[in-house]
Amino acid sequence: MLIKKATDIRSSEITPKSLYLNRRKFLAGAAMAGAAAATGLGLREVLSPSTTALAGNKIDGIQKSPFSTTETITPYKDVTNYNNYYEFSTDKDGPAKLAQKFRTRPWKVKIDGQVEKKQELDVDTIIKMATPEERIYRHRCVEGWSIVVPWVGFSLSELIKRANPTSKAKFVEFTTIYDPGQMPGQTGHVLDWPYVEGLRMDEAMHPLTLLCFGMYGEDLPNQDGAPIRIVVPWKYGFKSAKAIVRIRFTEKQPLNTWNISAPQEYGFYSNVNPNVDHPRWSQAKERRLGEFYKRPTLMFNGYGDQVASLYTGMDLRKNF
Amino acid sequence: MPRWLKPVIFLACLVPLASLVWQSFHAELGANPIEKITHTTGDCTLTFLLITLSVTPVRKLTRQYWLIGLRRMFGLFAFFYGTLHLTTYVWLDKFFDVHEMLADIAKRRFITAGMTAFALMIPLALTSTKWSIRKLGGKRWQALHRLIYLSAAAGVIHYIWLVKADLKKPLEYATVLGVLILYRVIAWLASRGPQPANAPTSEGLRKVAQG
Repeated sequence: MLIKKATDIRSSEITPKSLYLNRRKFLAGAAMAGAAAATGLGLREVLSPSTTALAGNKIDGIQKSPFSTTETITPYKDVTNYNNYYEFSTDKDGPAKLAQKFRTRPWKVKIDGQVEKKQELDVDTIIKMATPEERIYRHRCVEGWSIVVPWVGFSLSELIKRANPTSKAKFVEFTTIYDPGQMPGQTGHVLDWPYVEGLRMDEAMHPLTLLCFGMYGEDLPNQDGAPIRIVVPWKYGFKSAKAIVRIRFTEKQPLNTWNISAPQEYGFYSNVNPNVDHPRWSQAKERRLGEFYKRPTLMFNGYGDQVASLYTGMDLRKNF
Repeated sequence: MPRWLKPVIFLACLVPLASLVWQSFHAELGANPIEKITHTTGDCTLTFLLITLSVTPVRKLTRQYWLIGLRRMFGLFAFFYGTLHLTTYVWLDKFFDVHEMLADIAKRRFITAGMTAFALMIPLALTSTKWSIRKLGGKRWQALHRLIYLSAAAGVIHYIWLVKADLKKPLEYATVLGVLILYRVIAWLASRGPQPANAPTSEGLRKVAQG
Protein backbone atom coordinates (compact mmCIF):
# COMPACT_ATOMS: atom_id res chain seq x y z
CA MET A 1 0.00 0.00 0.00
CA LEU A 2 1.25 3.47 -0.84
CA ILE A 3 1.72 5.67 2.17
CA LYS A 4 2.02 9.21 1.02
CA LYS A 5 3.03 12.13 3.15
CA ALA A 6 1.48 15.45 2.31
CA THR A 7 4.21 17.21 0.35
CA ASP A 8 2.08 19.67 -1.53
CA ILE A 9 1.99 22.36 1.16
CA ARG A 10 4.80 24.86 0.77
CA SER A 11 6.48 25.79 4.04
CA SER A 12 5.57 29.43 3.41
CA GLU A 13 1.91 28.47 3.61
CA ILE A 14 2.21 26.88 7.02
CA THR A 15 1.23 29.13 9.88
CA PRO A 16 4.19 29.56 12.21
CA LYS A 17 3.54 27.68 15.44
CA SER A 18 3.97 30.81 17.56
CA LEU A 19 1.29 32.55 15.55
CA TYR A 20 -1.36 29.89 15.77
CA LEU A 21 -0.62 29.34 19.43
CA ASN A 22 -1.04 33.03 20.09
CA ARG A 23 -4.26 33.01 18.16
CA ARG A 24 -5.42 30.01 20.16
CA LYS A 25 -4.45 31.66 23.41
CA PHE A 26 -6.28 34.79 22.36
CA LEU A 27 -9.40 32.81 21.51
CA ALA A 28 -9.14 30.75 24.69
CA GLY A 29 -8.63 33.92 26.69
CA ALA A 30 -11.60 35.60 25.02
CA ALA A 31 -13.75 32.54 25.67
CA MET A 32 -12.65 32.38 29.29
CA ALA A 33 -13.20 36.10 29.83
CA GLY A 34 -16.67 35.71 28.34
CA ALA A 35 -17.43 32.74 30.53
CA ALA A 36 -16.03 34.49 33.58
CA ALA A 37 -18.15 37.57 32.94
CA ALA A 38 -21.18 35.40 32.46
CA THR A 39 -20.64 33.50 35.68
CA GLY A 40 -19.57 36.57 37.61
CA LEU A 41 -16.01 35.42 38.26
CA GLY A 42 -13.33 38.03 38.80
CA LEU A 43 -10.60 38.60 36.24
CA ARG A 44 -7.99 37.56 38.81
CA GLU A 45 -9.40 34.05 38.80
CA VAL A 46 -9.09 33.88 35.03
CA LEU A 47 -5.46 34.97 35.10
CA SER A 48 -4.42 32.80 38.04
CA PRO A 49 -1.30 30.87 37.09
CA SER A 50 -2.72 27.56 38.32
CA THR A 51 -5.20 27.52 35.47
CA THR A 52 -2.84 28.76 32.76
CA ALA A 53 -1.77 26.11 30.26
CA LEU A 54 2.00 26.42 30.13
CA ALA A 55 2.79 23.88 27.43
CA GLY A 56 4.05 25.67 24.35
CA ASN A 57 6.13 28.25 26.25
CA LYS A 58 9.66 28.65 24.98
CA ILE A 59 12.49 27.78 27.39
CA ASP A 60 15.27 30.38 27.50
CA GLY A 61 19.01 29.80 27.59
CA ILE A 62 19.11 26.22 26.32
CA GLN A 63 22.65 24.91 25.81
CA LYS A 64 23.64 22.32 23.21
CA SER A 65 24.91 18.97 24.48
CA PRO A 66 27.67 16.65 23.21
CA PHE A 67 25.35 13.74 24.08
CA SER A 68 22.97 14.68 21.25
CA THR A 69 22.62 12.46 18.19
CA THR A 70 22.70 13.97 14.71
CA GLU A 71 19.95 11.62 13.50
CA THR A 72 16.79 13.12 12.00
CA ILE A 73 14.46 14.41 14.69
CA THR A 74 10.97 12.86 14.68
CA PRO A 75 8.29 15.46 13.82
CA TYR A 76 6.73 17.22 16.84
CA LYS A 77 3.29 16.15 15.65
CA ASP A 78 4.18 12.45 15.93
CA VAL A 79 5.89 12.74 19.31
CA THR A 80 2.87 14.58 20.72
CA ASN A 81 0.15 12.39 19.17
CA TYR A 82 1.57 8.89 19.58
CA ASN A 83 1.98 8.33 23.30
CA ASN A 84 2.04 5.43 25.70
CA TYR A 85 0.61 7.07 28.78
CA TYR A 86 -1.80 4.58 30.32
CA GLU A 87 -2.81 7.06 33.06
CA PHE A 88 -4.79 8.80 30.33
CA SER A 89 -5.56 6.07 27.81
CA THR A 90 -4.20 2.85 26.36
CA ASP A 91 -4.82 4.23 22.86
CA LYS A 92 -1.79 5.92 21.35
CA ASP A 93 -3.78 8.97 20.26
CA GLY A 94 -5.73 9.20 23.54
CA PRO A 95 -3.29 11.10 25.80
CA ALA A 96 -3.01 14.05 23.36
CA LYS A 97 -6.75 14.67 23.77
CA LEU A 98 -7.27 13.63 27.38
CA ALA A 99 -4.22 15.39 28.86
CA GLN A 100 -5.05 18.83 27.48
CA LYS A 101 -6.49 20.16 30.72
CA PHE A 102 -4.07 18.35 33.03
CA ARG A 103 -2.88 20.82 35.70
CA THR A 104 0.90 20.98 35.95
CA ARG A 105 1.06 23.94 38.37
CA PRO A 106 1.33 24.18 41.30
CA TRP A 107 3.47 21.02 41.40
CA LYS A 108 5.55 19.68 44.26
CA VAL A 109 8.07 16.86 44.17
CA LYS A 110 8.64 15.02 47.44
CA ILE A 111 12.20 13.89 48.05
CA ASP A 112 12.53 11.29 50.77
CA GLY A 113 13.86 7.89 51.80
CA GLN A 114 17.60 7.63 52.42
CA VAL A 115 18.38 11.35 52.34
CA GLU A 116 19.97 13.73 54.86
CA LYS A 117 16.88 15.89 54.84
CA LYS A 118 13.45 15.01 53.52
CA GLN A 119 11.94 17.86 51.57
CA GLU A 120 9.25 18.93 49.17
CA LEU A 121 10.45 21.01 46.25
CA ASP A 122 8.43 23.14 43.89
CA VAL A 123 8.94 22.04 40.30
CA ASP A 124 9.95 25.57 39.34
CA THR A 125 12.71 25.47 41.96
CA ILE A 126 13.99 22.19 40.54
CA ILE A 127 13.97 23.48 36.96
CA LYS A 128 16.20 26.41 37.99
CA MET A 129 18.82 24.19 39.67
CA ALA A 130 21.01 23.93 36.55
CA THR A 131 21.34 25.19 32.99
CA PRO A 132 18.81 23.61 30.63
CA GLU A 133 20.40 21.55 27.86
CA GLU A 134 18.97 20.17 24.66
CA ARG A 135 19.58 16.41 24.53
CA ILE A 136 18.60 14.81 21.22
CA TYR A 137 18.16 11.16 22.19
CA ARG A 138 16.96 8.01 20.51
CA HIS A 139 13.92 6.67 22.36
CA ARG A 140 13.05 2.96 21.90
CA CYS A 141 9.72 1.59 23.08
CA VAL A 142 9.51 -2.02 24.27
CA GLU A 143 6.77 -2.47 21.66
CA GLY A 144 9.23 -2.14 18.79
CA TRP A 145 8.97 1.45 17.60
CA SER A 146 11.37 4.33 18.12
CA ILE A 147 11.63 8.10 17.84
CA VAL A 148 14.33 10.78 18.07
CA VAL A 149 13.40 13.54 20.50
CA PRO A 150 15.09 16.84 21.35
CA TRP A 151 14.44 16.73 25.10
CA VAL A 152 15.23 19.71 27.34
CA GLY A 153 16.54 19.26 30.87
CA PHE A 154 19.72 18.53 32.76
CA SER A 155 21.39 15.47 34.23
CA LEU A 156 19.37 13.96 37.06
CA SER A 157 22.65 13.86 39.01
CA GLU A 158 22.32 17.64 39.49
CA LEU A 159 19.20 17.07 41.58
CA ILE A 160 20.53 13.96 43.33
CA LYS A 161 23.68 15.81 44.49
CA ARG A 162 21.53 18.55 46.00
CA ALA A 163 19.24 15.98 47.65
CA ASN A 164 22.16 14.63 49.73
CA PRO A 165 21.39 10.91 49.72
CA THR A 166 22.91 8.92 52.59
CA SER A 167 25.43 6.10 52.14
CA LYS A 168 22.54 3.64 52.42
CA ALA A 169 20.93 4.94 49.21
CA LYS A 170 21.51 2.25 46.59
CA PHE A 171 18.47 2.82 44.37
CA VAL A 172 16.14 5.63 43.34
CA GLU A 173 12.39 5.18 42.99
CA PHE A 174 10.21 7.53 40.91
CA THR A 175 6.47 7.85 41.44
CA THR A 176 4.04 9.33 38.93
CA ILE A 177 1.13 11.42 40.19
CA TYR A 178 -2.03 9.55 41.20
CA ASP A 179 -5.02 11.70 40.34
CA PRO A 180 -7.89 9.68 38.81
CA GLY A 181 -10.01 12.85 38.60
CA GLN A 182 -7.61 14.19 36.00
CA MET A 183 -6.30 10.91 34.64
CA PRO A 184 -9.21 8.80 33.36
CA GLY A 185 -6.97 5.75 32.80
CA GLN A 186 -6.38 5.54 36.56
CA THR A 187 -10.06 4.84 37.20
CA GLY A 188 -9.51 1.39 35.67
CA HIS A 189 -7.12 -1.34 36.79
CA VAL A 190 -5.04 -1.88 33.69
CA LEU A 191 -1.92 -1.33 35.83
CA ASP A 192 -1.30 -0.86 39.55
CA TRP A 193 -1.49 2.87 40.24
CA PRO A 194 0.41 4.99 40.91
CA TYR A 195 3.05 4.16 38.33
CA VAL A 196 6.45 3.53 39.89
CA GLU A 197 9.83 3.09 38.29
CA GLY A 198 13.33 2.68 39.60
CA LEU A 199 17.01 2.94 38.77
CA ARG A 200 20.18 1.74 40.43
CA MET A 201 22.08 4.66 41.98
CA ASP A 202 24.89 4.53 39.39
CA GLU A 203 22.32 4.49 36.58
CA ALA A 204 20.51 7.46 38.08
CA MET A 205 23.82 9.36 38.51
CA HIS A 206 24.93 8.63 34.94
CA PRO A 207 25.26 11.88 32.99
CA LEU A 208 22.99 10.56 30.19
CA THR A 209 20.07 10.15 32.61
CA LEU A 210 18.04 13.27 32.10
CA LEU A 211 15.71 15.15 34.38
CA CYS A 212 13.46 16.50 31.67
CA PHE A 213 10.98 19.37 31.60
CA GLY A 214 10.90 20.33 27.94
CA MET A 215 11.18 19.26 24.34
CA TYR A 216 11.59 20.99 20.98
CA GLY A 217 12.78 24.05 22.91
CA GLU A 218 9.50 24.41 24.79
CA ASP A 219 7.85 23.26 27.99
CA LEU A 220 7.02 19.58 27.99
CA PRO A 221 3.52 18.94 26.59
CA ASN A 222 1.17 17.25 29.08
CA GLN A 223 0.91 14.05 27.05
CA ASP A 224 4.69 13.67 27.09
CA GLY A 225 5.03 13.73 30.88
CA ALA A 226 4.73 17.36 32.02
CA PRO A 227 5.76 19.02 34.17
CA ILE A 228 8.77 16.87 34.97
CA ARG A 229 9.94 13.40 33.98
CA ILE A 230 13.08 11.39 33.55
CA VAL A 231 14.56 10.12 30.29
CA VAL A 232 16.87 7.10 30.32
CA PRO A 233 17.82 6.70 26.67
CA TRP A 234 19.49 3.27 26.83
CA LYS A 235 16.44 1.62 28.41
CA TYR A 236 13.01 0.83 27.02
CA GLY A 237 10.69 3.83 27.15
CA PHE A 238 8.59 2.65 30.08
CA LYS A 239 11.60 3.10 32.41
CA SER A 240 11.38 6.86 31.81
CA ALA A 241 8.68 7.79 34.32
CA LYS A 242 6.44 10.78 33.60
CA ALA A 243 4.77 13.47 35.75
CA ILE A 244 6.91 12.67 38.79
CA VAL A 245 5.69 13.69 42.27
CA ARG A 246 8.08 11.68 44.41
CA ILE A 247 11.74 10.71 44.28
CA ARG A 248 12.65 8.21 46.99
CA PHE A 249 16.13 6.88 47.74
CA THR A 250 16.12 3.26 48.89
CA GLU A 251 18.45 0.59 50.18
CA LYS A 252 16.62 -2.24 48.40
CA GLN A 253 15.75 -2.51 44.72
CA PRO A 254 12.36 -0.86 44.24
CA LEU A 255 9.54 -2.50 42.32
CA ASN A 256 8.51 -1.13 38.97
CA THR A 257 4.96 -1.14 37.64
CA TRP A 258 5.43 -3.20 34.47
CA ASN A 259 7.46 -5.75 36.40
CA ILE A 260 4.60 -6.07 38.89
CA SER A 261 2.15 -6.43 35.97
CA ALA A 262 4.09 -9.11 34.05
CA PRO A 263 7.35 -10.19 35.75
CA GLN A 264 8.33 -12.65 33.00
CA GLU A 265 8.08 -9.93 30.37
CA TYR A 266 9.43 -6.75 31.94
CA GLY A 267 12.48 -6.77 34.20
CA PHE A 268 13.90 -4.14 36.50
CA TYR A 269 16.78 -3.27 34.17
CA SER A 270 14.96 -3.31 30.80
CA ASN A 271 18.03 -2.18 28.91
CA VAL A 272 17.43 -2.03 25.16
CA ASN A 273 18.86 -5.32 23.94
CA PRO A 274 18.33 -6.76 20.43
CA ASN A 275 19.59 -10.18 21.60
CA VAL A 276 17.01 -10.69 24.35
CA ASP A 277 13.51 -10.97 22.93
CA HIS A 278 10.35 -10.01 24.71
CA PRO A 279 8.67 -13.41 25.33
CA ARG A 280 5.99 -12.52 22.80
CA TRP A 281 7.90 -10.60 20.14
CA SER A 282 11.39 -10.05 18.79
CA GLN A 283 13.44 -7.03 19.87
CA ALA A 284 15.97 -7.38 17.03
CA LYS A 285 14.41 -4.65 14.89
CA GLU A 286 12.41 -1.50 15.37
CA ARG A 287 10.28 0.80 13.28
CA ARG A 288 11.48 4.38 13.49
CA LEU A 289 8.33 6.49 13.16
CA GLY A 290 8.29 8.04 9.70
CA GLU A 291 10.38 5.28 8.11
CA PHE A 292 9.02 2.50 5.92
CA TYR A 293 11.61 -0.21 6.52
CA LYS A 294 12.50 -1.48 9.95
CA ARG A 295 15.98 -0.81 11.25
CA PRO A 296 18.14 -3.03 13.45
CA THR A 297 17.90 -2.25 17.17
CA LEU A 298 21.26 -1.34 18.72
CA MET A 299 22.63 -2.72 21.99
CA PHE A 300 21.83 -0.26 24.78
CA ASN A 301 19.96 1.69 22.07
CA GLY A 302 23.33 2.79 20.68
CA TYR A 303 24.60 4.16 24.02
CA GLY A 304 26.86 1.16 24.75
CA ASP A 305 30.07 3.22 24.74
CA GLN A 306 28.74 5.30 27.61
CA VAL A 307 26.81 2.74 29.68
CA ALA A 308 28.02 -0.82 28.95
CA SER A 309 30.51 -0.56 31.83
CA LEU A 310 27.64 -0.22 34.30
CA TYR A 311 26.76 -3.85 33.62
CA THR A 312 30.16 -5.57 33.43
CA GLY A 313 29.92 -9.13 34.66
CA MET A 314 26.13 -9.14 34.69
CA ASP A 315 24.12 -11.72 32.77
CA LEU A 316 21.83 -9.43 30.78
CA ARG A 317 19.69 -12.38 29.70
CA LYS A 318 18.86 -13.06 33.34
CA ASN A 319 18.76 -9.39 34.34
CA PHE A 320 16.57 -8.38 31.42
CA MET B 1 -34.72 -9.50 0.55
CA PRO B 2 -35.04 -6.45 -1.70
CA ARG B 3 -32.75 -6.67 -4.73
CA TRP B 4 -30.84 -3.52 -3.89
CA LEU B 5 -30.00 -4.55 -0.32
CA LYS B 6 -27.18 -6.98 -0.99
CA PRO B 7 -25.13 -4.63 -3.19
CA VAL B 8 -25.60 -1.85 -0.64
CA ILE B 9 -24.38 -4.07 2.20
CA PHE B 10 -21.50 -5.24 0.01
CA LEU B 11 -20.38 -1.63 -0.43
CA ALA B 12 -20.85 -0.94 3.28
CA CYS B 13 -18.52 -3.86 4.06
CA LEU B 14 -15.86 -2.15 1.94
CA VAL B 15 -16.03 1.12 3.92
CA PRO B 16 -13.22 0.20 6.37
CA LEU B 17 -10.88 -0.55 3.47
CA ALA B 18 -11.93 2.57 1.57
CA SER B 19 -11.31 4.66 4.64
CA LEU B 20 -7.81 3.19 5.09
CA VAL B 21 -6.97 3.91 1.46
CA TRP B 22 -8.34 7.44 1.69
CA GLN B 23 -6.43 8.13 4.91
CA SER B 24 -3.19 6.72 3.52
CA PHE B 25 -3.39 9.05 0.51
CA HIS B 26 -4.04 12.00 2.80
CA ALA B 27 -1.33 11.08 5.33
CA GLU B 28 -3.96 10.71 8.03
CA LEU B 29 -3.03 7.29 9.35
CA GLY B 30 -1.16 8.84 12.27
CA ALA B 31 2.43 8.50 13.44
CA ASN B 32 2.63 4.76 12.77
CA PRO B 33 0.58 4.06 9.61
CA ILE B 34 1.59 0.41 9.31
CA GLU B 35 0.45 -0.30 12.86
CA LYS B 36 -2.85 1.44 12.11
CA ILE B 37 -3.38 -0.67 8.99
CA THR B 38 -2.54 -3.85 10.92
CA HIS B 39 -4.94 -3.05 13.75
CA THR B 40 -7.79 -1.94 11.48
CA THR B 41 -7.66 -5.02 9.23
CA GLY B 42 -7.37 -7.28 12.29
CA ASP B 43 -10.39 -5.66 13.93
CA CYS B 44 -12.37 -6.02 10.69
CA THR B 45 -11.52 -9.72 10.42
CA LEU B 46 -12.77 -10.47 13.94
CA THR B 47 -15.83 -8.27 13.48
CA PHE B 48 -16.85 -10.02 10.25
CA LEU B 49 -16.29 -13.45 11.79
CA LEU B 50 -18.64 -12.49 14.62
CA ILE B 51 -21.20 -10.94 12.23
CA THR B 52 -21.16 -14.18 10.24
CA LEU B 53 -21.77 -16.18 13.41
CA SER B 54 -24.60 -13.82 14.41
CA VAL B 55 -26.64 -14.41 11.27
CA THR B 56 -28.29 -17.62 12.47
CA PRO B 57 -29.26 -16.41 15.97
CA VAL B 58 -30.47 -13.06 14.68
CA ARG B 59 -32.62 -14.53 11.91
CA LYS B 60 -34.11 -17.08 14.32
CA LEU B 61 -34.82 -14.60 17.08
CA THR B 62 -36.22 -11.93 14.77
CA ARG B 63 -37.86 -14.42 12.37
CA GLN B 64 -36.13 -12.61 9.48
CA TYR B 65 -35.21 -15.85 7.75
CA TRP B 66 -34.06 -14.17 4.53
CA LEU B 67 -30.95 -12.92 6.39
CA ILE B 68 -29.26 -16.23 5.59
CA GLY B 69 -28.76 -14.88 2.09
CA LEU B 70 -26.12 -12.50 3.50
CA ARG B 71 -24.12 -15.01 5.52
CA ARG B 72 -21.74 -16.17 2.83
CA MET B 73 -20.88 -12.60 1.92
CA PHE B 74 -20.04 -11.74 5.53
CA GLY B 75 -17.90 -14.87 5.84
CA LEU B 76 -16.00 -14.00 2.68
CA PHE B 77 -15.44 -10.46 3.96
CA ALA B 78 -13.90 -11.96 7.11
CA PHE B 79 -11.55 -13.92 4.86
CA PHE B 80 -10.89 -10.82 2.75
CA TYR B 81 -9.89 -8.66 5.71
CA GLY B 82 -7.97 -11.59 7.21
CA THR B 83 -5.98 -11.82 3.98
CA LEU B 84 -5.23 -8.08 4.10
CA HIS B 85 -4.19 -8.42 7.75
CA LEU B 86 -1.84 -11.30 6.96
CA THR B 87 -0.47 -9.46 3.92
CA THR B 88 0.34 -6.46 6.12
CA TYR B 89 2.32 -8.74 8.42
CA VAL B 90 4.12 -10.61 5.64
CA TRP B 91 4.92 -7.52 3.64
CA LEU B 92 5.05 -4.42 5.82
CA ASP B 93 6.21 -6.04 9.06
CA LYS B 94 8.44 -8.90 7.90
CA PHE B 95 9.25 -7.76 4.34
CA PHE B 96 8.88 -11.35 3.07
CA ASP B 97 11.66 -12.65 5.36
CA VAL B 98 10.65 -16.33 5.45
CA HIS B 99 13.11 -17.29 8.21
CA GLU B 100 11.86 -14.58 10.49
CA MET B 101 8.24 -15.53 9.85
CA LEU B 102 8.83 -19.23 10.51
CA ALA B 103 10.65 -18.34 13.73
CA ASP B 104 7.69 -16.13 14.67
CA ILE B 105 5.14 -18.87 13.99
CA ALA B 106 7.12 -21.35 16.08
CA LYS B 107 8.14 -19.02 18.94
CA ARG B 108 5.41 -16.40 19.29
CA ARG B 109 2.20 -17.92 20.47
CA PHE B 110 0.09 -14.95 19.38
CA ILE B 111 1.41 -15.39 15.83
CA THR B 112 0.75 -19.15 16.05
CA ALA B 113 -2.84 -18.45 17.07
CA GLY B 114 -3.32 -15.83 14.35
CA MET B 115 -1.91 -18.11 11.65
CA THR B 116 -4.19 -20.91 12.87
CA ALA B 117 -7.21 -18.63 12.70
CA PHE B 118 -6.34 -17.68 9.13
CA ALA B 119 -5.50 -21.22 8.00
CA LEU B 120 -8.88 -22.43 9.28
CA MET B 121 -10.65 -19.85 7.13
CA ILE B 122 -9.03 -21.05 3.90
CA PRO B 123 -11.08 -24.28 3.42
CA LEU B 124 -14.24 -22.35 4.28
CA ALA B 125 -13.55 -19.70 1.65
CA LEU B 126 -12.66 -22.36 -0.92
CA THR B 127 -15.89 -24.29 -0.31
CA SER B 128 -18.16 -21.27 -0.14
CA THR B 129 -19.74 -21.94 -3.55
CA LYS B 130 -23.08 -23.63 -4.20
CA TRP B 131 -21.21 -26.18 -6.27
CA SER B 132 -19.13 -27.15 -3.18
CA ILE B 133 -22.23 -27.63 -1.07
CA ARG B 134 -23.71 -29.96 -3.70
CA LYS B 135 -20.43 -31.78 -4.21
CA LEU B 136 -19.73 -32.26 -0.49
CA GLY B 137 -23.30 -32.94 0.52
CA GLY B 138 -25.09 -30.85 3.10
CA LYS B 139 -23.99 -32.78 6.19
CA ARG B 140 -20.31 -32.87 5.36
CA TRP B 141 -20.31 -29.26 4.18
CA GLN B 142 -21.94 -28.22 7.43
CA ALA B 143 -19.47 -30.20 9.51
CA LEU B 144 -16.55 -28.61 7.66
CA HIS B 145 -17.95 -25.12 8.13
CA ARG B 146 -18.12 -25.59 11.89
CA LEU B 147 -14.39 -24.73 11.66
CA ILE B 148 -15.51 -21.12 11.84
CA TYR B 149 -15.96 -21.52 15.62
CA LEU B 150 -12.33 -22.62 15.95
CA SER B 151 -11.16 -19.86 13.63
CA ALA B 152 -13.00 -17.18 15.59
CA ALA B 153 -11.74 -18.58 18.91
CA ALA B 154 -8.15 -18.65 17.62
CA GLY B 155 -8.58 -15.10 16.36
CA VAL B 156 -9.77 -13.84 19.73
CA ILE B 157 -6.94 -15.70 21.52
CA HIS B 158 -4.50 -14.13 19.03
CA TYR B 159 -5.69 -10.70 20.16
CA ILE B 160 -5.67 -11.56 23.88
CA TRP B 161 -2.08 -12.81 23.67
CA LEU B 162 -0.96 -9.75 21.76
CA VAL B 163 -1.97 -6.94 24.10
CA LYS B 164 0.36 -5.70 26.84
CA ALA B 165 -2.04 -5.03 29.69
CA ASP B 166 -5.36 -3.65 28.50
CA LEU B 167 -7.57 -6.66 27.80
CA LYS B 168 -10.74 -4.60 27.35
CA LYS B 169 -11.06 -4.82 23.56
CA PRO B 170 -10.07 -8.48 23.12
CA LEU B 171 -12.43 -9.40 25.95
CA GLU B 172 -15.27 -7.58 24.21
CA TYR B 173 -14.75 -9.87 21.20
CA ALA B 174 -14.45 -12.87 23.53
CA THR B 175 -17.75 -11.98 25.23
CA VAL B 176 -19.65 -11.68 21.95
CA LEU B 177 -18.17 -14.97 20.74
CA GLY B 178 -19.10 -16.58 24.06
CA VAL B 179 -22.70 -15.42 23.75
CA LEU B 180 -22.91 -16.71 20.16
CA ILE B 181 -21.55 -20.11 21.17
CA LEU B 182 -23.84 -20.22 24.20
CA TYR B 183 -26.81 -19.67 21.88
CA ARG B 184 -25.78 -22.76 19.90
CA VAL B 185 -25.43 -24.83 23.04
CA ILE B 186 -28.88 -23.80 24.27
CA ALA B 187 -30.42 -24.39 20.83
CA TRP B 188 -28.78 -27.81 20.67
CA LEU B 189 -29.99 -28.76 24.16
CA ALA B 190 -33.50 -27.57 23.30
CA SER B 191 -33.49 -29.62 20.11
CA ARG B 192 -32.79 -32.77 22.15
CA GLY B 193 -35.82 -32.17 24.36
CA PRO B 194 -39.37 -33.50 23.90
CA GLN B 195 -40.14 -30.88 21.23
CA PRO B 196 -39.68 -31.95 17.60
CA ALA B 197 -36.08 -31.42 16.53
CA ASN B 198 -35.42 -27.93 15.28
CA ALA B 199 -31.68 -27.48 15.23
CA PRO B 200 -30.80 -23.94 14.20
CA THR B 201 -28.47 -25.10 11.46
CA SER B 202 -30.51 -27.60 9.44
CA GLU B 203 -32.96 -25.10 8.09
CA GLY B 204 -30.21 -22.58 7.56
CA LEU B 205 -28.40 -25.08 5.44
CA ARG B 206 -31.38 -25.62 3.17
CA LYS B 207 -31.61 -21.88 2.72
CA VAL B 208 -27.91 -21.69 1.92
CA ALA B 209 -28.34 -24.42 -0.66
CA GLN B 210 -31.12 -22.34 -2.17
CA GLY B 211 -28.84 -19.33 -2.25
